[in-house]
Amino acid sequence: MVLKVENLSFGYGKRLVLQGVEFELNRGEILVLLGPNGCGKTTLLKCINRILQPNDGIVIIEGRNYFEMSEREIAQSIGYVPQEHKPPFPYRVLDFVLLGRTPHMGIFSSPSDEDRMIALESLRAVGIEHFADRAYTELSGGERQLVLLARAIATDSKILLLDEPTAHLDFRNAHKVLATIKRIVKERSLSAVMTLHDPNLAYRYADRIALISKRRILKVGLPHEIITESLLKEVYEVDVKVMVFDGLRFAFVEGIL
Amino acid sequence: MIAYKAALFRIPVYAFIFFLPFAIAVFSAGIGYLKISPEEIARSVVKQLHSSIFGYSVETTTTDVIVFQIRLPRIILAGIVGCSLAVCGAVLQSLFKNPLVEPYILGISSGAAFGAALAIGFGFLGGSVQLLAFLFGMISVFLAYSMAKSGGEVPVVNLVLAGIIVSALFTALTSLVKFFVDPHQLAGIVYWIMGSFSYASWSSLAIVTPPIIACLLLIMALSWRLNVLSLSDEEAKALGINVNRDRFIVLCLATLMTACAVSVSGIIGWVGLLIPHIVRLAFSSDNRIVIPISASLGASFMIVADNIARTAFSFELPISVLTTVLGAPVFMLLVRRRAKKVWS
Repeated sequence: MVLKVENLSFGYGKRLVLQGVEFELNRGEILVLLGPNGCGKTTLLKCINRILQPNDGIVIIEGRNYFEMSEREIAQSIGYVPQEHKPPFPYRVLDFVLLGRTPHMGIFSSPSDEDRMIALESLRAVGIEHFADRAYTELSGGERQLVLLARAIATDSKILLLDEPTAHLDFRNAHKVLATIKRIVKERSLSAVMTLHDPNLAYRYADRIALISKRRILKVGLPHEIITESLLKEVYEVDVKVMVFDGLRFAFVEGIL
Repeated sequence: MIAYKAALFRIPVYAFIFFLPFAIAVFSAGIGYLKISPEEIARSVVKQLHSSIFGYSVETTTTDVIVFQIRLPRIILAGIVGCSLAVCGAVLQSLFKNPLVEPYILGISSGAAFGAALAIGFGFLGGSVQLLAFLFGMISVFLAYSMAKSGGEVPVVNLVLAGIIVSALFTALTSLVKFFVDPHQLAGIVYWIMGSFSYASWSSLAIVTPPIIACLLLIMALSWRLNVLSLSDEEAKALGINVNRDRFIVLCLATLMTACAVSVSGIIGWVGLLIPHIVRLAFSSDNRIVIPISASLGASFMIVADNIARTAFSFELPISVLTTVLGAPVFMLLVRRRAKKVWS
């Protein structure tokens, strides 16, 4: 077990967003947080590396209570992959990935040759070393998502947090990004917590799924235990049909809303 | 991009840009009502240095006075102010994650203008324009920062809004001062706000240069951190940095630098926007490159602009008018030619 979340609660002011959330993450595992819009998935993700301060509960990172760790130590243990977006400045891809080395650098330092090697190696691991000299802003959404993944890998952390890595991506790119994430997590025996919207993608790429509904985790289980008509119907409040095709489960919304 | 592929080509280019303002400065000392050759300038400077180091008196010619007492302090001041504004523009653009931010976004120009108006109009603090402009420039940023702070966090949106509020407040107060003073002093205030290097002297240079150089060196040392700060706050936090602390440090340095520059030159627009923009388009967005090159090009641009201001006509043009008139078309060309590709 590399990460343990215990009784975590978070609220913006008085409005409670998460209540008593608990789960564990094992080494080499991809845990997908699945749930409808506004259920608190992204907030939960941000509480795990203390971008947001939870009101209650603790997170244990590789055996250490994270309230006893500095921001820098947390950043060394947890790599964060934000949702793909376009930053205001057209950084070169290699420089952008080099930013991932920041948790290992002091306030006055610049990246060393070793940092550059690690950044290049991360690009290679993701399979996009040919982007190194391009401007990050010129890439497509799917390509930018892969660069963000490379940046998180460059932090050398054992845990990855990914906030909807398939948002704004087309059919093919969504699968490509998720397959890359899965390959890297397995190759390097990392662990990942990832939020997703689509139950079918969650089913295909998760080792386990945590189904979130109304501020709490409804159920954590293997994909085939979670992607069921009754559970999805309860969480999404629509009629869901789940079919098995070629040994895979597919969920879809029945009828027209 | 282009600049990176030609790695070997880069070093001479950077060296050229580094020496550019110095070369322009020497050349500029020769132009004006009285033309002076570079040779004479060199002789004059050597003579002056000689006499000030060894303490013996030398015969001072008209040329010496013009070069050493009038033109050189003015050229150096223009260079230093141009360098400050360009660097602060680059810094604040990164902090605000917006390439269209000017060094004056937190109200430093309005605060300084109010300070200058108080000094010129009412003779506060012995009528020291520089001191009051500096003080109120700093006060305005401090006000904006405290206003933006909420619950230990200082969100960028709050900072922008607070800057607008502080600017409006000090602009109104400046108008009030203008309303009460006599026309002669009113003219003084208006001229100050338009900016000028004509009051340059070695003594004012001696006061503003050391803090500006110190801030510049510190900002250069922090340029990688500035790259991190240009990401969204949440990304920067996830990379393990203390966003609020680091942003505060950089903001203090940029504010001190701008306040020093504004206090001795008035309010000069466009340089802080134009120069970093050109550098990003031509070289890179990496602040390790943007900061030093902006410093150099900002200084060069300002010296050239001031040359035109003081020599183009029989009277002196306000420098801020010139920087805008020179800057606007260049900026428009750049935006039309390259912006589509890079920014969209």
